[in-house]
Amino acid sequence: MHFIPNILFAILLVVGVGFFVKNVKKIIRNIKLGKDLDRSDNSSERWKNMINIALGQSKMVRRPVSGILHIIVYAGFIIINIEVIEIIIDGLLGTHRVFAFAGGLYDFLIGSFEILAFLVLISVVIFWIRRMILKIPRFWNKEMTSWPKNDALNILYFEMVLMSLFLIMNAADFNLQQLGADHYIEAGSFPISKYIAGWLPQSEGALIFIERSAWWIHVIGIFIFLNYLYYSKHLHILLAFPNTYYANLKPKGELDNLQSVTNEVKMMLDPNADPFAAPAETDNDAEPEKFGASDATDLTWVQLMNAYTCTECGRCTSVCPANQTGKELSPRAIMMKTRDRIEEIGRNIDKNGSFIEDNKTLLDTISNEEIWACTSCNACVDACPVNIDPLSIIIDLRRYLVMEKSDAPQELNMTMTNIENNGAPWQYNQMDRLNWKDE
Amino acid sequence: MKVPTMAEMVAEGKTPEVLFWVGCAGSYDDRAKKITKAFVKLLNKANVDFAVLGTEESCTGDPAKRAGNEFLFQMQAMTNIEVLNSYEVKKIVTACPHCFNTLKNEYPDLGGNYQVLHHTEFLKTLLDEGRLTVEGGSFKGQRITFHDPCYLGRANDIYEAPRDLLRKLEVELIEMKRCKSEGLCCGAGGAQMFKDSEKGDKEIFVERTEDAMEVNPSIIATGCPFCNTMITDGVKNKEKEGEIKVLDIAEIIASAEDL
Ligand code: SF4
Ligand code: SF4
Repeated sequence: MHFIPNILFAILLVVGVGFFVKNVKKIIRNIKLGKDLDRSDNSSERWKNMINIALGQSKMVRRPVSGILHIIVYAGFIIINIEVIEIIIDGLLGTHRVFAFAGGLYDFLIGSFEILAFLVLISVVIFWIRRMILKIPRFWNKEMTSWPKNDALNILYFEMVLMSLFLIMNAADFNLQQLGADHYIEAGSFPISKYIAGWLPQSEGALIFIERSAWWIHVIGIFIFLNYLYYSKHLHILLAFPNTYYANLKPKGELDNLQSVTNEVKMMLDPNADPFAAPAETDNDAEPEKFGASDATDLTWVQLMNAYTCTECGRCTSVCPANQTGKELSPRAIMMKTRDRIEEIGRNIDKNGSFIEDNKTLLDTISNEEIWACTSCNACVDACPVNIDPLSIIIDLRRYLVMEKSDAPQELNMTMTNIENNGAPWQYNQMDRLNWKDE
Repeated sequence: MKVPTMAEMVAEGKTPEVLFWVGCAGSYDDRAKKITKAFVKLLNKANVDFAVLGTEESCTGDPAKRAGNEFLFQMQAMTNIEVLNSYEVKKIVTACPHCFNTLKNEYPDLGGNYQVLHHTEFLKTLLDEGRLTVEGGSFKGQRITFHDPCYLGRANDIYEAPRDLLRKLEVELIEMKRCKSEGLCCGAGGAQMFKDSEKGDKEIFVERTEDAMEVNPSIIATGCPFCNTMITDGVKNKEKEGEIKVLDIAEIIASAEDL
């Protein structure tokens, strides 16, 4: 009988962590469905970016209010998790505050956790107010309805509940310590929860009940939250690190040159090329490579990781010139739709063992109207706090539309014909190119 | 105005210090041609040994690439690279940030390796080296705001060269609320220049012109022929042509020097 709580806890731990690991594996598998891209260069610069941008939150503070609040929640989250180590050990061994032997240091730590928890609670409440009362526009674009909206709120509620439970647990513990209750050794300092302590019932039985309930709901909550990540934009707390590490280091204006096109163009331009020679490295059974992207799996693994990392903060969309002037395009929606599609492909694989054609593509959800509204201004890329590149996806979709479907707006087809025929986007004679000199 | 071509130079057995890449807008667009000429006047004044490709120049392929037509882009790029390499070009200056970005970042991979400068960077070195001197003249003290072209600013992190030039003219340089890395696009990039915009409730160039008008400038300075067109349209749309001029930095310097 005595060991039942310990056993229950152990089961909870194994199940909670087990599910989480299983889902993480799924995410890694889905990301790997993307095309290869070598980002193994410049590791020192990559580490530096990761440390500055993900760990140091340097791009978050460009918007100071949300930036600083976010740093509090983020620091609180990481530091309070040190306490989770103690919770796990106590849970497994049936001890109470197993690190209490650290004496003054322990008191200091618990005291700091309480202050942090309180600050996190306040920050999260302010976040909620910004979203729901101030209705900051970037949280209310049309892609932020149903699940994305609820997801954002769920996270805030989760944090509110977890932080409150942590403080209530400590408050009850504080009272029990004062009463000299068995098992509740005097340890820790309670700068915040001692004020809550007064509101709690003072009988030992009730206090133990409150303390134990808060403890259990808190740990169960942590495990639920851990497994919630997989379904949520909150995944960024993990993926922000690899995502900033593997982000593009080249000038933002540089688009990659498609190697497959280079080979063909070289053949076309080289008068000595033997048109019948088999291309060197492609084997004959291979499907001809698709130009650009029409589905999530045509994107690179970095673009797919971008999609999983997106925090749905909408900073990109709020600076997008197209979106600001009422166009359909929202770079955040591009990322969200990409994630939805790769998830759908992943579920298809889970169900069927391998992907079975579902006759759907990314272009079912991203319209031409969105794709053609982009000015390639890079504002979204610059604004993203975790270095996501929505523009690269838009360009890959355009490549597919133009090179595989000849589906560009009519005026652009004319522009391209002009470039092809007379070397300028307008219909002028190339021989007149220097006329300005004498005008 | 002296505008030698590469072919002429080579015929005389000379290699110029720098190639001036004029670009399509600079060659054909009436407004942009004025920028081209202003820049050439400055090159002449500073005795820069330059040449243009003239009829051998062709679109860099930027609009094709941004419209998704990688084939056309690479055809253009490889043809241009062949011409540039045959003249053994080492250094290129251009007044168009789109040409600048493409030549600088996207050509090397295809065999075109050059030192590429935006005209504001080049003018700045001319000033720094004392090859060109400027005085504010009529611009001294005027309220001027600079609109960052996306392909110079965010795309290539060049924010200071154009501003340094304006400071040299002793103008009152005022920044818009959204400037430098946060500058709003004029709406022309990504091949938008060549098509109507998608359905929306406003034109981007109007939105951007409003940003500029907020700081009450007498001149909106640009460093890109396309931005120039867009902002000029914006100013017209607001019926402010009488009060606000839209000028390229090269034009401002050239006219300060009465060229
Ligand atoms: S690059 Fe395109 S999607 Fe991104 S902010 Fe600019 S216009 Fe919007
Ligand atoms: S792409 Fe970046 S800026 Fe845009 S919503 Fe996602 S995390 Fe935020």
